[in-house]
Amino acid sequence: MKKLLIAATVLAAATGMASSQTVRMGTEGAYPPYNFIDDATGDVAGFEIDLGNELCARAELECTWVRNDWDTIIPNLVSSNYDTIMAGMNINEERKAVIAFTQPYTPGMPSAYAALSADVDVEGGVVAAQTNTIQSGHVASTGATLLEFPTPDETVAAVRNGEADAVFADKDFLAPIVEESNGELVWVEGYDTVPLGEGIGMGLRQSDTELREKFDAAITEMKQDGSLNQLLVKWFGEDAMVFE
Amino acid sequence: MFSYCADPSLLQGFQWMSCYLTSGTHLLFYASFGMVLLLLAVTAPIALAFGYGGAMACRSPIGPLRWVGKTYTGMVRGVPDIVFFLFVPIALDQGLEWLRHQALCDSDAPVRQGNDFVVCAAAKLPLSDSPAWVHDTYALILAVIAFATVFGAFAANVLYGAMQAVPREQLETAEAYGMSARQVTRRVLVPQMWIYALPGLSNLWLILIKATPLLFLLGIEDIVYWARELGGAKTSAFSYPHPDWRLYYFLVILVFYLLMTWISERVLGRLTARLSAGQATLAGEAQRKAATA
Repeated sequence: MKKLLIAATVLAAATGMASSQTVRMGTEGAYPPYNFIDDATGDVAGFEIDLGNELCARAELECTWVRNDWDTIIPNLVSSNYDTIMAGMNINEERKAVIAFTQPYTPGMPSAYAALSADVDVEGGVVAAQTNTIQSGHVASTGATLLEFPTPDETVAAVRNGEADAVFADKDFLAPIVEESNGELVWVEGYDTVPLGEGIGMGLRQSDTELREKFDAAITEMKQDGSLNQLLVKWFGEDAMVFE
Repeated sequence: MFSYCADPSLLQGFQWMSCYLTSGTHLLFYASFGMVLLLLAVTAPIALAFGYGGAMACRSPIGPLRWVGKTYTGMVRGVPDIVFFLFVPIALDQGLEWLRHQALCDSDAPVRQGNDFVVCAAAKLPLSDSPAWVHDTYALILAVIAFATVFGAFAANVLYGAMQAVPREQLETAEAYGMSARQVTRRVLVPQMWIYALPGLSNLWLILIKATPLLFLLGIEDIVYWARELGGAKTSAFSYPHPDWRLYYFLVILVFYLLMTWISERVLGRLTARLSAGQATLAGEAQRKAATA
């Protein structure tokens, strides 16, 4: 009898837990303004954190944020350590072979080259980019020597200390860095807006269709009522690219 | 932290620095030092226990047990540490989740679906709705097991060698007094072997201290992660913008590790002196001479 009772309570606890499912949202926390660690509080913040929280509220999901290195962000998604990726990840064919994406929640964001002088040869010199990004793929396809780093911050540091001639990254990531460098860093002439990628989307496991549909619906809703554009302007400035 | 930290952009000099060094991310950085120390404190005894078990298995007169011991030390010592550190936590995590999947889930959906490793919500380890500290602790436990497995294999070899080094005469004397094999092991072999094991074990301890940045590989936010994260240049998107300060942060870590090594050296030196007392070794002989002189 006692055993039966214990078994029943265990079962009840297990099913009770299963019903209140929390969605674990994976992010990198090193790519301002998309996602970064707020140094005053130690929590993640940024465009994607604002957007993700809003999407969860609209889809009536309980969400919590998880930080994970960029290098292992896809492997840890498919092995179910968390359920989504919102980490400035551009949608492309290579990634679609491994994970599924929602519709893009940003327009195709341009990338850009930044360097110590505007006349750097980005087709033949040494260019720094973060590992496993569409930017590193693009640099590899040009004549330039690709120098890869695990974090975006290190790609910029490489240019500052002369290791690389230029850095290639999302323009919105580089823009505040270039602006606040007091002229040390400048856009490379003719390469300050390179269209690349289909836009940034939320990555999910391919088997997780139900969750993807929920988020897709929430993104559609936010695109239609203009709230997504408001968020884009809030984080990327007045002249940010927005949805029509 | 302090009341004047509400708007860091207005602060200057010392006040700015005092707020900066007590910001949320810095508190996490300081806590990560505690985590490294905790990992060392927990891993060292467990690894020693693994080692003791391995050494005993290697000496066992029972064939299969001896093979297990030999295979364990041979295999772990033959595989690169990093491969093991990456393999053990993933294998353990997925293995445990698979077992729970068999026991707790109603569905007979396969665990592997294409690229994905999926178990039902009830079988997740830890559960999705567990608080963050449960996830952190779970990751740390997996890391401790990985460290203990690797360092246990090395310790097993050290202890095995130390047991072989105990003078045969001492064991024979014990046998002559009528002790059983078990008594000889417990009363003579084990107490006498430590002095021979200590140099090897102290090496392992220092290597273990230096191996703690591997935590970073396992996705645990350790001191190296935070040094890189905090040291990186920060734009005005952050509350405390600053240029690239990684050099200073890594310097702090360098000092921390040197300090750890220095303390360890001192403690190990004392331990050696203590264990040498009355031993039939050069150090033991020197102590005897010093005492009579």
